[in-house]
Amino acid sequence: MNPIVTCTQLTKRFGSTVALDGLDLKLQRGKIIGLAGPNSAGKTTLIKTLEGLLQPTGGTVLVDGQKPGPYTKSVTSYMADRPSFADWMKVQDLMDIYSDFFADFDPVKAQEICNALKLERGSLIKTLSKGTKEKLQLMLVMSRKAQLYLLDEPLAGVDPAAREYIMKTIVAGYNEAGTVLISTHLITDVEKLLDQVVFLNRGRVILHRDTDEIRETEGRSVDELFRDMFRFEG
Amino acid sequence: MEFRVKDARPIWQQLADIITESIVTGEFAPGERFPSVRDLALQAGVNPNTMQRALSRLEDDGLLITGRTAGRTVTDNGDILLQVRRMLAEDRVCEYVEDMKKLGIGRAQAAAMAAEEKGE
Repeated sequence: MNPIVTCTQLTKRFGSTVALDGLDLKLQRGKIIGLAGPNSAGKTTLIKTLEGLLQPTGGTVLVDGQKPGPYTKSVTSYMADRPSFADWMKVQDLMDIYSDFFADFDPVKAQEICNALKLERGSLIKTLSKGTKEKLQLMLVMSRKAQLYLLDEPLAGVDPAAREYIMKTIVAGYNEAGTVLISTHLITDVEKLLDQVVFLNRGRVILHRDTDEIRETEGRSVDELFRDMFRFEG
Repeated sequence: MEFRVKDARPIWQQLADIITESIVTGEFAPGERFPSVRDLALQAGVNPNTMQRALSRLEDDGLLITGRTAGRTVTDNGDILLQVRRMLAEDRVCEYVEDMKKLGIGRAQAAAMAAEEKGE
């Protein structure tokens, strides 16, 4: 099987700021992968480039063998770092939009996740708290049978009790042939989920390994390794 | 069975230890049908691949038997259960003796204290 993601010398500049600096990365299918790095390492830029929201300045990015576009969007399920729903809509409206836009949206699964996360179809978006909006986003994203799930900081706004639930939603929801890429600074929270981890720094991949292998050879958890590697970088 | 990952060892090893303990302490009866990888992964909040690896070790140890059709069952071989229980007990004794040594208490005294201790 070809990799689900291939980035070659991927570069993205915003004016004089270099967000991605000749990044090389291949992601295999059927893995849950953590994307970690200090602030401004390029995590969100990478995810947005994979989703086709940003155009690379240089290098190439391929998702399922193709450049980001209508096809790759049909196989990619993306959760943005902040919700962008219209306030006046209801949960049900968003579910309708998702089932219109995405052939792989599964309404039965969506209902199951709603039940588990106590989301009401009739609720107005503007009445929802920040954490509940994140749960709603995740419900929509995980109800698709995608090849690639891109989750940008899915746990940032939710309380610790709901985090546990959200992680279970990811495990219960993802298509096992698909790959899940989760960006986070909260490695401890997601470490149990991960097959692999990618550390980014200054727009480059500085480590890409199996999490079990890190624990076996380093005698440290992935979180401890991360803290040690970025201790002086802040 | 509570899945609590607490140290830096690979997660699948910690899961395998927890499941082993729950079998030898009788939380699952000999011959009982064992939950699926996916259900256990959900319960533990871990990656299904990780849980799969943990269960493979229990199969290698002979504690779980994979049926020809589908699913796993707990072994009903009493010798294996006894053997594993004994191994776990030896590990604990070893830890106990080490801890006592750190506290400056020798083997004989540690053994005497263990014999006197009535538990709670």
